[in-house]
Amino acid sequence: MEEFFQQLTNGLAVGGIYALIALGYTMVYGVLKLINFAHGDLFALGAYLGLTLLTSLGLNSRVGPLAGLALLVVFVTGLVALAGALLERAAYRPLRQSPRLSAVVSALGASIFIQNTIMLIYGSKIHVYPKGILPAVAVNIFGLQVPLVRILVFVVSLLLMAALFAFIQKTRLGTAIRAVAIDQDAARLMGINVDQVIMIVFLIGPGLGGVAGLLVGLYYGQVNFTMGWIYGLKAFTAAILGGIGNIPGAMLGGLILGVIEALGAAYVSVAWKDAIAFLVLIVILIARPKGLLGERVADKI
Amino acid sequence: MSNLLEICGVTKVFGGLTAVDNVSFDVRRGSIVGLIGPNGAGKTTVFNLITGNYRCDRGEIVFDGQLLSRLPPHKIVYLGIARTFQTIRLFQNMSVLENVLAGRHCRMKAGLLASMLHLPSERKEEREALKFALHELEFVGLREHAAQRASSLSYGNQRLLEIARALASEPRLLILDEPAGGMNEQETEELMALIKKLQSRGLTIILIEHDMNLVMQACEHLVVLEYGRKIAEGPPEEIQNNPKVIEAYLGVD
Repeated sequence: MEEFFQQLTNGLAVGGIYALIALGYTMVYGVLKLINFAHGDLFALGAYLGLTLLTSLGLNSRVGPLAGLALLVVFVTGLVALAGALLERAAYRPLRQSPRLSAVVSALGASIFIQNTIMLIYGSKIHVYPKGILPAVAVNIFGLQVPLVRILVFVVSLLLMAALFAFIQKTRLGTAIRAVAIDQDAARLMGINVDQVIMIVFLIGPGLGGVAGLLVGLYYGQVNFTMGWIYGLKAFTAAILGGIGNIPGAMLGGLILGVIEALGAAYVSVAWKDAIAFLVLIVILIARPKGLLGERVADKI
Repeated sequence: MSNLLEICGVTKVFGGLTAVDNVSFDVRRGSIVGLIGPNGAGKTTVFNLITGNYRCDRGEIVFDGQLLSRLPPHKIVYLGIARTFQTIRLFQNMSVLENVLAGRHCRMKAGLLASMLHLPSERKEEREALKFALHELEFVGLREHAAQRASSLSYGNQRLLEIARALASEPRLLILDEPAGGMNEQETEELMALIKKLQSRGLTIILIEHDMNLVMQACEHLVVLEYGRKIAEGPPEEIQNNPKVIEAYLGVD
């Protein structure tokens, strides 16, 4: 039983990370009907920027572990958000009127570009996050010893998801994002600046993805420049699982996928971890092509 | 200036088809103008040209002294032109209230950071927008439906919601594309009263409508299009007896 709950909490932490990345896929798909294949690489960029902030700037040794973590999250979100907006401006906006396939090819190109930029700057070796950023203690929850970092990863991702949900539901820009996702032309004719809304989506999605990268660095302690590929694929699976274009769906899909994967690794085989995740994708595509929460955005393709 | 909108020699060509051909007319401030004509005459295209959905190939459109021809649609809304659609285009998955709030967007300012951090200024603005939106829902008579999904409203009420959403942007010119389409007789009567109320609020209105009873009663000036060209213009009683208009509607032997 102990093993089960350990794996469950582990799965929730990893699932939180998947959910954060999946939100970027699903939001971009919502407004542009485009899968942003470079999203996974923006996530990797977040992991590497976090590493730089920790090692070169020594952020944590100056302000202490928790304040340091908060600052890290803010910096990484901001920087990766900017990178996302730049990506939209350079790779997607010029192709807004082109056939959708052109944008997909541009997305794949951007993915390779970002991945290789990271490799050029940091090298192709695996990098290790400095030890002792967070105290390596376990917290006792109902008799279960859960590592502090696992709790923090889960809490940070939950807080960000809650904030995003409130933003989307309650604010002027959130309403505009939903309106653009439903009917871009009508939104434009109702006075919504669609280009600006798309830009905002490309700030928020990659910002959250960047934090996810940082969390992976903290959780597993190591990063490499190709990590965007596998995490991107998993988060994409999570987005489809919840129903692509659907924001609560991405959150739910991420958490479910994380838990399935963790339990699969524990009770089936670690070697089958990825296979199990993608088996979930295949089953979902066959049984419920619209995902668990369905696709709220009507799509004629 | 007594004209709020001036349309001067506007032409729009789609491929080989001239949908709107050198059309000119003026809309006086505070008036209700009807744009009529057989199906395919180019009425909705004229609306799309005014709202910036299409660009004019020739000619220009001036709103309150300002040239619209090169502006993107959202800026035109900001200047004070709002519209409804012939085929209803509400944000179907959002609530009635949220639809109106989306229409309020261009009169609000809160940026990304203010919204994310939920700053006091942003909260105040959201509160005011909510009040404004509820007020407009009250005005069109949908106040009690505010929390419902837009798609759950009856057809006639969806048309009213489109008007409320347009009003939320505080327009000076309201463009109604077949507002009575799909409404029963009683709903049409109520709509006519609503349009008159809008006029007394100081709004200028252009509408496309096939319900001739409504057009003749509500509008003080009519513009008639056929095959993209303007064939007549004048007060309703004059248009009713215009031989060219009768010919366009009934055909000739």
